[in-house]
Amino acid sequence: MNEYFHSVTLDEEKCKGCTNCIKRCPTEAIRVRKGKARIIDERCIDCGECIRVCPYHAKKAITDPFEMINDYKFKVAIPAPTIYGQFKTARSANHLLTAFKRIGFDYVYEVAKAAEIVSDATRELIKKGNFKKPLISSACPAVVRFIQVRFPSLIGNILKLESPMELAARIVKDELVKNENIPLEDIGVFFITPCAAKATSIKAPYESEKSCVDGAISIKDIYLKLLNVLGDINEQEEEELVKAGFTGIRWANSGGESLALGTDNFLAVDGIHNVISILEELENDKLEDVDFIEALACQGGCLGGPLTVENLYVAKTRIKKFVDMAKESSVDDKLDKTYDYDLLWTGKVEHKPIMKLDEDFEVAMKKLEELEKIYEDLPGLDCGACGAPNCRALAEDIVRGKASITDCVFKLREKVRNLTTQMMEIEDMMPPVLDKDSSQKKDNKD
Amino acid sequence: MGLSNNIIRQSYTIAADDFSLAGEASSSVKKMLNQLGVNPQIVKKVSIAMYEAEINAVIHAAGGRADVEIDKEKIVIIISDEGPGIADVELAMKEGYSTAPDSVREMGFGAGMGLPNIRRYADKLDIKTEVGKGTSVEITVIL
Repeated sequence: MNEYFHSVTLDEEKCKGCTNCIKRCPTEAIRVRKGKARIIDERCIDCGECIRVCPYHAKKAITDPFEMINDYKFKVAIPAPTIYGQFKTARSANHLLTAFKRIGFDYVYEVAKAAEIVSDATRELIKKGNFKKPLISSACPAVVRFIQVRFPSLIGNILKLESPMELAARIVKDELVKNENIPLEDIGVFFITPCAAKATSIKAPYESEKSCVDGAISIKDIYLKLLNVLGDINEQEEEELVKAGFTGIRWANSGGESLALGTDNFLAVDGIHNVISILEELENDKLEDVDFIEALACQGGCLGGPLTVENLYVAKTRIKKFVDMAKESSVDDKLDKTYDYDLLWTGKVEHKPIMKLDEDFEVAMKKLEELEKIYEDLPGLDCGACGAPNCRALAEDIVRGKASITDCVFKLREKVRNLTTQMMEIEDMMPPVLDKDSSQKKDNKD
Repeated sequence: MGLSNNIIRQSYTIAADDFSLAGEASSSVKKMLNQLGVNPQIVKKVSIAMYEAEINAVIHAAGGRADVEIDKEKIVIIISDEGPGIADVELAMKEGYSTAPDSVREMGFGAGMGLPNIRRYADKLDIKTEVGKGTSVEITVIL
C-alpha cells in the first residue's frame, strides 16, 4: 500500500480556506492553496487534530463503510476498549458485545483482551531490564509517526511490540481457523475504532508488511446501529462474551496502559502538544529515571479520539463503571498461554527527514541563511493569510520554492505602496517638451 | 545570521534568571541542525551539550551569550558569561558535584551532572574561566 496513505482527508466542498487547521497541526503539515486546505503527505501523522478543530466539519477520516463486512462470509468485530464508554444504555460489557452479534457480526473479540497479553509481554521486557530507558509505548500510531518525523533520535526507545489491535486479529483468525475450521480467506476482521491513525495503520502498517485486520469501522458510523439494538436485548438474552478483565478495559483511558504494567515508574501524557513537550524533555536526557512513557496524541487518551461519539469526560466516568464491574465479576483473566505469539515488530520504523532543506549540506546552509533573511523581512504576525501557519513557515516555503514573498498580504501591500510612490514621482516629472505649468495648460484647452 | 565562506554564524542571548526561557537557544540550534539534515544522533549530542551549558549560565552566572559557528565539518558553540567563574574546574567536572543554590535544587536542577554531561556528548570541550570575571565554555561537535 502506498506509504503515504492517510486516513485524514478533506471534504473540499465544506472547506472555507480558513486558518483553523493550519494553526493547530503539530507538524505544520497543512497549507491553504487556492482557497482550500491541502495536507502535505510526508508531514501528516494522522493525529486528527485538524478533524477536531475544523469548524465547518470539512476534515474527516476515511474509514471503511459498515457494508464492507458483507464482503466476507464470517464477520468478526474487534472493538477498541473505547467502545465501553460510548453508550449510556449499555448495562454491561456482555450487553454491548451481544449487540455486535445482533447487527451482523458472527463473532466479537475484545481488543482489551489482547491488550492484557501485550501488557504481560511488556512487563516481562521491563523486568529483564535490557532496554533503552525510558521505553515509549507504541500504542498510539500518531505518536510513533510523530517521533519518526520530529524526534528520530528517540526511535530506539519505542517499544516494538505488536499493538493489541493486530494481536487481536491474529488470535481471532488462528482460533477460528484451528477450532472452527473456517477458511482464512472467508474471515473478515474489523476494528471498531475511535482513531484515524489506527485506520491508517491498517492500510499502511509500520510493525510489519501487512496488517491482519481487514478493515476499520469508525465508532461514529456504527453508533446508531448498536444503539438501536441495545434496547432490544434484555438481560436474559445477553451472551457470555466478555473475556477481558479490568486492566485491558482501562487501556481506553490515558494512563491505563501504564497502570497495567504494575510499575510506579511511568509517565503518562496525552494531547499532542503536551506529548511534544515531554518528548523535548526526553531528548534532553531529562527523563532518564522513568521506565515507561505512555504518550497519546488525543487529549484524554483514546476516549478522546476524533471518531468517538460520547463526550470525553462522560465516557471516562462510564469506563470507570465498566472497570469496576470487571473487577467484581468472575471473568477468568488468566492469560491464555495456548497462543505463544512473537510480538516483536518485523517492520522497521525509520527517520522521515522532512525538516531537511536540501540533500546537499552546503546548499542547505545557503537556504537556511536565506530563510533567516526572509523571515526578518516578514511582519511576524503569524496571521495565516498566506496559507502557512506562521511567518517562519512561509519563509521556509519560499526557500523551498513552494511559495513567494508576495503571498504575504502585508508584503504585497508594501509593494503596492512602493509602486504608488514611484508612480506619483513619475506623474510629477513631465518631459521638457510637454512641461507646461497647470494654469497655462488650462488656457490652451479651453 | 551571517554566512560567509560557507560558515553559518548565529548569536543568542541567554536571559538571566528566566527558567521558562532556559533552553531556547539550544532549541533553536537543534531546529537549525535538523533543517541542515544533520544526523539525528549528532543533533541529540549537540542539543544536550548546549542545553546543559545554557542552563549553567542561567543558574550560576545570571545569563550570558551563546555564539554558534557551523561549517560543513563541525559545529562550535561558545557559551560565555560574566559570572563568578569556576574556582576548581577539575572538581566541577566531577559527577554529582554542584554549587547550585538550594532554590535551584528545589526546582530539580543542580544535580551536578551538567559539566560531566557536556564532556560526555561533546567531541571537544574547552573551559576558560577566571574567578570574579566570568566563564567561557567552548563545545565542539563533529558533524
